[in-house]
Amino acid sequence: MEILSHLIDGFAITLQPMNLGLIVFGCALGLFIGAMPGLGSVNGVAILLPMTFLVPPASAIIFLAAIYYGAMYGGAISSIMLGIPGASTAVATTFDGRPLAMQGLADRALVAAATASFVGGTISVILFTMFAPPLADVALAFGAPEEFALMMLAFATFIGLGGDDIPKTFFSIFIGLVLSAVGLDIVSGEPRLIFGGIPGFMHGVNFLVLAIGIYGIGEMLWTIESSRGKLNVSQATVSVRRIIGCLKDLKSTIKSMFMGSFLGYFVGILPAAGATPGSLMAYGVSKTLSKEPDSFGKGNVEGVVAPEAANNAASTGSMLPMLTLGIPGSPTTAILLGGMVIWGLEPGPRLFVDNQEFVWALIASLYAANLFAVLINIAFIPMFIWVLRLPFTILVPIIFILCVVGGYAPTQDMHDVWLMFGFGVVGYLMRKLDYPMAPAVLAIVLGPLAETSMRQSLLMSHGNFSIFFERAVAGPIMVVAIVLFLLPVIKMIKDRIKTLAQGADA
Amino acid sequence: MRRAELVMAVVLAVFSCYLMWKSSELPVGWIPERGPGPGAFPFWLAAGMLACCGWIILRWLRGVGPLVKSEESYMDRHSLNQFLLGAGSLGVMIGLIHVIGVYGSVPLFLIFYMRVLGGHTWMKTGTIAILSPVITFLFFELALKITLPKGFTEPMFYPIYDLVY
Repeated sequence: MEILSHLIDGFAITLQPMNLGLIVFGCALGLFIGAMPGLGSVNGVAILLPMTFLVPPASAIIFLAAIYYGAMYGGAISSIMLGIPGASTAVATTFDGRPLAMQGLADRALVAAATASFVGGTISVILFTMFAPPLADVALAFGAPEEFALMMLAFATFIGLGGDDIPKTFFSIFIGLVLSAVGLDIVSGEPRLIFGGIPGFMHGVNFLVLAIGIYGIGEMLWTIESSRGKLNVSQATVSVRRIIGCLKDLKSTIKSMFMGSFLGYFVGILPAAGATPGSLMAYGVSKTLSKEPDSFGKGNVEGVVAPEAANNAASTGSMLPMLTLGIPGSPTTAILLGGMVIWGLEPGPRLFVDNQEFVWALIASLYAANLFAVLINIAFIPMFIWVLRLPFTILVPIIFILCVVGGYAPTQDMHDVWLMFGFGVVGYLMRKLDYPMAPAVLAIVLGPLAETSMRQSLLMSHGNFSIFFERAVAGPIMVVAIVLFLLPVIKMIKDRIKTLAQGADA
Repeated sequence: MRRAELVMAVVLAVFSCYLMWKSSELPVGWIPERGPGPGAFPFWLAAGMLACCGWIILRWLRGVGPLVKSEESYMDRHSLNQFLLGAGSLGVMIGLIHVIGVYGSVPLFLIFYMRVLGGHTWMKTGTIAILSPVITFLFFELALKITLPKGFTEPMFYPIYDLVY
């Protein structure tokens, strides 16, 4: 009952004219950003975060959450129409969405994607509303060692579940943490890592500079190269009658929609896992459970519905650890978390106590954003197709300009713009060699929190590391983190034993 | 890819050593009553970076790892051209901001990208090249009250400031 009254208060804030306007605008903007090849929710939120300093924090997060939501819907559009996933979260949607579009059924795929996204979004927001407050209550009992153990768990999930090259993932986490240490030391106040005595480094490396560099500039350089300027847009005829017909056809896919929603939500909660593996897993499960698994990959609507429901559900799921524990579940939520720090809020369990209004306004806005995103999505399908036909030589410079101006705005220092440019170029060169970039962004956001909690814990224990293992909550979390860190090694040993056994058999 | 993998790992290893050296300018050990020194966190993390690079180099020398047998080139001629044009023009644009300000370099960048690289009509190029700085000005300077750098063109904005402030 208490949850319901909080939610009603949240709606009262969400339904204020300005906030409602921001939701509609954010959803529309997010849809366009998500629909552009190469750009996803993380790019949209990173590039547009500096624009939110004008409004109060609640309105700012509502706007960004709407962009996040809209972009999750929009990712499907370019997957289906161009065959290029709008973001990695929409990769699974191309498998069946593109064949459907090639058969002249683009509208069917688009409507299925939008409806599934709506179902996934709604189920996950309801689960979110139920789970968030109890989890926040538990988290309130956390001290510095528990906080540090949680950070370790967040990093460990990247290693254990990330699926990327292990030493490169470790490297990415380390460099993100080192970058977060640049500037004045939080405890002693002494300047650290001031390269070449340049004063710009005194205020540290803003996570936004890294995020825009990697997800704005680096991503665009990557898209310019990988698309080679050639795009093939599918034709789509859209009419109200056809849309209603498509909706009726979706009855048979309800099972896949629900499966994708629940699976996506729980995968989304895990740090590092997020929407991309969630949608790929949902696609796999849906194919396994299907009566006609052979039709997958050739244009089966269930192959669009399952991953789309899952990626939207996961995007909500990843907000759960961000709000309750202060640990982001995905790169996008890492940026949202950084934004909260800039707006003067303290992320973590105390948020539910100290900034109740803010939290419930955000939750209520998720309900509203979900509804508006599906309506705008279906209404604007013809317009998206027009924008997608805009050549890269118009889209790319505009995005570059947004990055430069967006990187300058927060600190108003050209030093940050150059740094962002450097990160973009180096990030692109490293990404070509499969260095994952998301762990670095997560690490630069969590770095200051991780360092403070570690130093506080060690002060408490007079330098004894056993403090992280002896406490009732921190201990088990730390053990899970260590197991996850070791998971790739265990897997390697298992594979080697298997090969040896096979060799012996032969 | 094979050679690039090694070169990148060596460059990053050198950078890690530099970070370790730079961090050790501050105490990296335990300070009684104060806990770990201010340099400890970055020092040991940079040591972690170095270890990762060592791991990648060792793997390369032993001929194992995902990219070691890759025959694909790191950057073919086309990719290199695209990269140099994209990153180069962006770098020049940022550099020009110091001289002619945002409102001078943004239109130049758009004209270069749209007209020279994209071959769009003057009409389309001109419209976007004029509209972009105007929208930027209205949004940042008027709505957000964030002053963007203007270089030597600053005095040209005085009449506009008089008008709007």
